[in-house]
Amino acid sequence: MDWVNAVVQGILLGGLYALFAAGLSLIFGVMRLVNIAHGDLIVLAAFLGLTVTTTLGINPLASLAIVVPLMGVLGYLVQRLILNRTISDDILPALLVTFGLSVIIQNALLEIYTADPRKMNAGAIETASVSLPAGLNIGVLPLIMFVTAVAVIAGLERVFFHSSWGRAFRATSDNPRIVGLMGLDRNHVHALAMALSLMVVGLAGVFLGIRASFDPALGPGRLIFGFEAVIIGGLGNLWGTLAGGIILGVSQNIGAQINPGWQILAGHLAFLVVLAVRPRGIFPRIEG
Amino acid sequence: MPDPLLATHELDAFYGDFQALFAVSVELGAGEVIAIIGANGAGKSTLMRAITGLVPCRPGMVRLSGEAVGGLAPHRIAARGVAMVPEGRQLFASLTVEENLLIGGQLARPGPWSLGRVYELFPPLAERRRMPAPSLSGGQQQMAAIGRALMANPELLLLDELSLGLAPIVIKAIYDALPTVIAQGMSAIVVEQDIARAIAISDRIYCLQEGRVSLAARAGDVSRGDIANAYFGT
Amino acid sequence: MTAAGYLVVQTSAASRAAAIGGAVALAALAAAPLWAGRADLRLMGEIFLYLALATSWNLLAGYAGLVSVGQQAFVGLGGYMLFALAIFAGLSPLAAIPVAGLIGAVVAIPVATLIFRLRGAYFAIGTWVVAEVFRLGFAQVSALGGGSGTSLPAQMVRSIAGSRELREWTTYWVALGMALAVIAVTYGLLRSRRGLALTAIRDNELASASLGVDILKAKFFVYVVTAALTAAVGALIFLQKLRISPDAAFSVNDWTAFVIFIVVIGGIGTIEGPIIGTIIFFALRETLADLGTTYLLILGVVAIVVMVKAPKGIWGFIHSRTGFELFPLTRRVIAAHAPTSHAVSGGSA
Repeated sequence: MDWVNAVVQGILLGGLYALFAAGLSLIFGVMRLVNIAHGDLIVLAAFLGLTVTTTLGINPLASLAIVVPLMGVLGYLVQRLILNRTISDDILPALLVTFGLSVIIQNALLEIYTADPRKMNAGAIETASVSLPAGLNIGVLPLIMFVTAVAVIAGLERVFFHSSWGRAFRATSDNPRIVGLMGLDRNHVHALAMALSLMVVGLAGVFLGIRASFDPALGPGRLIFGFEAVIIGGLGNLWGTLAGGIILGVSQNIGAQINPGWQILAGHLAFLVVLAVRPRGIFPRIEG
Repeated sequence: MPDPLLATHELDAFYGDFQALFAVSVELGAGEVIAIIGANGAGKSTLMRAITGLVPCRPGMVRLSGEAVGGLAPHRIAARGVAMVPEGRQLFASLTVEENLLIGGQLARPGPWSLGRVYELFPPLAERRRMPAPSLSGGQQQMAAIGRALMANPELLLLDELSLGLAPIVIKAIYDALPTVIAQGMSAIVVEQDIARAIAISDRIYCLQEGRVSLAARAGDVSRGDIANAYFGT
Repeated sequence: MTAAGYLVVQTSAASRAAAIGGAVALAALAAAPLWAGRADLRLMGEIFLYLALATSWNLLAGYAGLVSVGQQAFVGLGGYMLFALAIFAGLSPLAAIPVAGLIGAVVAIPVATLIFRLRGAYFAIGTWVVAEVFRLGFAQVSALGGGSGTSLPAQMVRSIAGSRELREWTTYWVALGMALAVIAVTYGLLRSRRGLALTAIRDNELASASLGVDILKAKFFVYVVTAALTAAVGALIFLQKLRISPDAAFSVNDWTAFVIFIVVIGGIGTIEGPIIGTIIFFALRETLADLGTTYLLILGVVAIVVMVKAPKGIWGFIHSRTGFELFPLTRRVIAAHAPTSHAVSGGSA
């Protein structure tokens, strides 16, 4: 029974991991950029949520209304002012600049908030649960997070494949050199993509902050989870990323069932196994 | 006397340290069609890229209706009514045919061209509207690339090496459609290696040779001999 | 090497001057135990070790195009292997260092087989995951102290040399020797034919592949060699620290962030770059480290500014303006009859 429960909780956790990963996947698809600071931005969003929540005295879920747009603006500015200069065939500049950003964000958060773990309190909803047959109990909050993750991914897919925004993203990704001929400013398109990515990051960060305790050093771990979800699921496929997140969450929880200290290691091992056996991921759409 | 629609003044263009164009001056009035001919590597496509902003140059070297636009970002020049069918088609590979056309219409300038009219002009595109662009044949891709440029309802249309890599029968079909394309007062620059076609379709021609203008004349006024000399630089 | 009237030459006046100056500096450094205090000696030893780490990271990223943010995997592996060999096999710590390096190379083979399936920035994160697996793995090994780590037994430490002073001199010289060895291996590798292949890969992978350079084998080779060098350095690092724990052994900040900073500031893809970068890094550290997190913030900002404004780093900037090379690697073709042709260096390959 514990095993079934572990798997179910793992699936729900996978939704959160998919949220971590969705922004990463989006950016890679549009600009072939991997943002090393991605995990730290998730943590930044969590702290932003914390500040908004405590200053305004509102429920953390309500803080999303401020955090998400704020992260979007931040994404637009960072891309436009810094990262656009690093995009080229050479991956090194972007990698190193985002690595630098990661160090800056972590230490800025340390300065401002100290290393103490924090957690946001969403109230009664945190302990509410739904009873399922076979004696399973699912927390309402994890369920909401999972459903939101699915909705976000569906939304992103819709934007990508059925909107003029998405058309602009895909065209700029295909051929950034001539996309200007059609009147598209590729710096603007890239910045919009990053804004969208960070809006998802904002959502993921607030969810993280409600679900578990967080501190400034948590970023790299979230980056790695997001990255593993993307690779397991297959590049260029957002639904694949959801599947990857679920597989990761389930592996971690099964590992934790065997030995609580093995939770994260189990996730890494699952990732390495997929890498060994199906290097392109389970549902790949594009090449790395 | 009003400014010509397009004028380049002593245009120099470089790829890094390599100079590809030397003091190239060409002119185009509203409603005119000019042809740029020349051997491979003469600088024809470079000229197109300098006009559209893909290759940098000094501001005064390219003027649209008198306004200095040299070196502006491509999307700003496109916003001024310039559209190009690039060399090698360069359709967006992950977009369908229709999406490629729609992206051409991103700027949404008013004008006669629309999705429906492009499909009318090129029926094979209508049949394949939802197919991914790379699945089309060379000739169909060329139609799509032309359609994509038309969707912007440009004042000035640049056609770079339309016949490159296409079978003669396909080239003929495309050139047969061209008069319809450039009717209604659209100005055009046609870059062509096929001299006969270039002369047939244009009002005036320029010949480039190793980055310099070697001949500028009315299409009807030049002899084969003149062209051969200008082409090969004798 | 002559072919139809042309000479291929690698040395230059600047590099010859540098060679002489370098020899003098080297003599001074070797004699440091005589003129430097204990604290300064420790600092210099640390500088040499970071220089070794930076030079190897640069070999991997700057020349083979493999950007790794997971080299701490091998630093920690080397450290743990040293402790394991000393404690369980009774190996003398100094002898254990090269063995640790060898083990690093052996482990690198299956690791590379796995992570080479990833490309570009995803490869980078993959190396990080591997380091995390090592960290979590070693934390499970209770024989080596588990999560809290372990110390090197006192008699092992004493077996290095008779007196504490002599021990410190020995570790200093080993550190100096290590840095020299890493630089020598790197330089030797790059000056060879394989090295020419590497530089070609760095400059244009597609073109070099079409010319028959076996990219995969070259990269694999570099990865394994770098792992060996990094593991050996890691062994020495923790020999000096006398204590090891998973978090210290596999710290991203200490062994990757700082190293990347050094290479970026100094100049990636050059041998001189890491040398300059290490000097600047330690100058900054000695003056700013009291500021704690602000210091790291400044490092991050400096790294970003340099990467955006001067992507080739300080040495790259100098080299592009003056063509200077202290470690001659550029092969220049000179017409055989040119009146000012330099003498052919005996070592040109």
